[in-house]
Amino acid sequence: MAKYLAKRIFYLILTLFIVITVTFFLMKLLPGTPLTNQAKLSKSQIHLIYEQYGLNKPVWQQYLLYLAGAVKGDFGTSFQFSDQPVSYLISSRIGPSLQIGLQAMIVGVILGVIIGAFGAMKQNTWVDTTTTVVSILGISIPSFVLAVLLQYYLGLKAGWFPIAEWGGFIYTVLPTLALGAQPLAESARFVRTEMVDVLSSDYIELAKAKGLSKTGVIYHHALRNSLIPLITIVGPLAVNIMTGSMVVENIFSIPGIGEQFVKSVLTNDYPTIMGLTIVYSFMLCVVLLITDILYGIVDPRIRLTGKAN
Amino acid sequence: MDNEKDILEVRNLQVNFKTYAGDVKAIRNVSFDLRKGETLAIVGESGSGKSVTTRTIMGLNARNADITSGTIMYKGEDLLKKSEKEMEGIRGQDIAEIFQDPMTSLDPTMKIGRQIAEPLMVHKGMKKEKALAQALEMMKLVGITDAENRINDYPHQFSGGMRQRIVIAIALINYPEILIADEPTTALDVTIQAQILNLMKELQDKISTSIIFITHDLGVVAGMADRVAVMYAGKIVEYGTVDEIFYNPKHPYTWGLLSSMPTLDTGGDELPSIPGTPPDLLDPPTGDAFAARNAYALKIDTEQEPPFFKVSDTHYAATWLLHPDAPKVTPPDQIVARQKKYAEMQKNLVKQQRPSIPVEEEEEQQ
Repeated sequence: MAKYLAKRIFYLILTLFIVITVTFFLMKLLPGTPLTNQAKLSKSQIHLIYEQYGLNKPVWQQYLLYLAGAVKGDFGTSFQFSDQPVSYLISSRIGPSLQIGLQAMIVGVILGVIIGAFGAMKQNTWVDTTTTVVSILGISIPSFVLAVLLQYYLGLKAGWFPIAEWGGFIYTVLPTLALGAQPLAESARFVRTEMVDVLSSDYIELAKAKGLSKTGVIYHHALRNSLIPLITIVGPLAVNIMTGSMVVENIFSIPGIGEQFVKSVLTNDYPTIMGLTIVYSFMLCVVLLITDILYGIVDPRIRLTGKAN
Repeated sequence: MDNEKDILEVRNLQVNFKTYAGDVKAIRNVSFDLRKGETLAIVGESGSGKSVTTRTIMGLNARNADITSGTIMYKGEDLLKKSEKEMEGIRGQDIAEIFQDPMTSLDPTMKIGRQIAEPLMVHKGMKKEKALAQALEMMKLVGITDAENRINDYPHQFSGGMRQRIVIAIALINYPEILIADEPTTALDVTIQAQILNLMKELQDKISTSIIFITHDLGVVAGMADRVAVMYAGKIVEYGTVDEIFYNPKHPYTWGLLSSMPTLDTGGDELPSIPGTPPDLLDPPTGDAFAARNAYALKIDTEQEPPFFKVSDTHYAATWLLHPDAPKVTPPDQIVARQKKYAEMQKNLVKQQRPSIPVEEEEEQQ
């Protein structure tokens, strides 16, 4: 296990290196400059600013300098907010994003599993049809559309939740719902299909022949076996939530890294874009590592062996 | 009929499957008894209704199954009238089942000890530790070596034969009155087959259970069964003791089955087979369902269904050939040879005949 982890961490670093390289050069291809009112600045002023931020150096030099800094944990200073190191910018804003992301993931997947399991148990009844419709809607409605609808109906009309801003759990409800719809729908669809399959398998027949009740069969045998493939889509779902959060955080004015990322791209804030990209890639890598370890825990057939006791 | 000796009585069972194309008449008026401690083999080709019969007994039919008539009496009560809850109490406790494919019939994510112990926990309300201890005993009984260390293993760590032993352990852990074995050796290779069959016989003596043995393999039947029922197209066409079916078969379908079974005497000749395919049970033919494939079919076979004719107290066959007015036909050579052997066996037995086993009441069906 330790050997496996070491290997995975090495790959993680390698992945981050590739991500940094690709993002760095892609970013340089973006049109525009980090200067907001370039027209009003004189040539020498621009030159001075470029000098200050090291932007007049050749691109490959900038790249090497950036790498050298990154290794030491220095991701530079934001162009947008002068004197704010990127690392501080991120650490002060990652809290809300993580909270909403995790809430959306947990709520979405748990509800999705329940809905999907119900659909499979009541296969070809109205319950099943309802779950299918819910998951199709969840998959096809983009989170930003849902966000606006939630704001209007639950926030403005019903007045149950604050429409936007940040300040406590109640503020997280609507963004969580908006972001959680997709994982909910995906996992419901996935679990339903899987469980229909599992329920017709021989070992379920044997479990019934043992005299287990319907709920006993589902709880002890069907659920775990249906959940294994669900782990596969946790990675893609996490990506879904990350990209969704960029828009949803803007809609709800949440001071998170998603909102910051959009701003940074719009203003060519190179160090912040780089820093956030690294953070996103790192989170995704960690999610994938966790899912791989989870696989082994849930499914004994692919337990990571290395323990030749 | 002797009620004391019968543990299970199936009467006039009819099961249809509702499909978009219409009702598939999978079981068409099946009656049989299972006696205490005996092994009854139900033999027939795929689709003859063997498995549906046992599923119906277990109450585990598919949702589109419709039991249109019949009774299944167990301990004086009709299983078909029981609620799902009551059936849950019977399954795995009074009636247990072994399935065909051991590679797929165990839960891949549960330790086998727990899987074996589960019926104890469900039916006897046993605590996990105690149930596991008993499961360990059962594992030893079914011949799993090094059981102490293997109780926490998962199914994928076992071979097919070992897995079938585990399935048997699960079925027998509660010492069921009836064990239904649905082609338990079909998915295993021949050497393992023999081991599993021996194990089943051995355990049957130890825990005195009755076995319904479903198979399409007559070779397996010879060594296992006390009595044999031959099924064709959702009906039992002939039943009798294993000797009677093997050496004095009366139904042309049984002749066909026996002739197409390779024996040690089978030389380089081509193995005979039964021509044609079973009838479509969406719309079963009038008369004898086997008539279309039967070289010995009479005119009446296509018009009227044959009733059961009595051959001996224990042996009945549903074929018009046994009617007193039917023309005498000579069965295939192989069958004639078998019958000769049987006649000699009977002579040798002279008066040492077994006490006649009580006979089914309904000699003739409507």
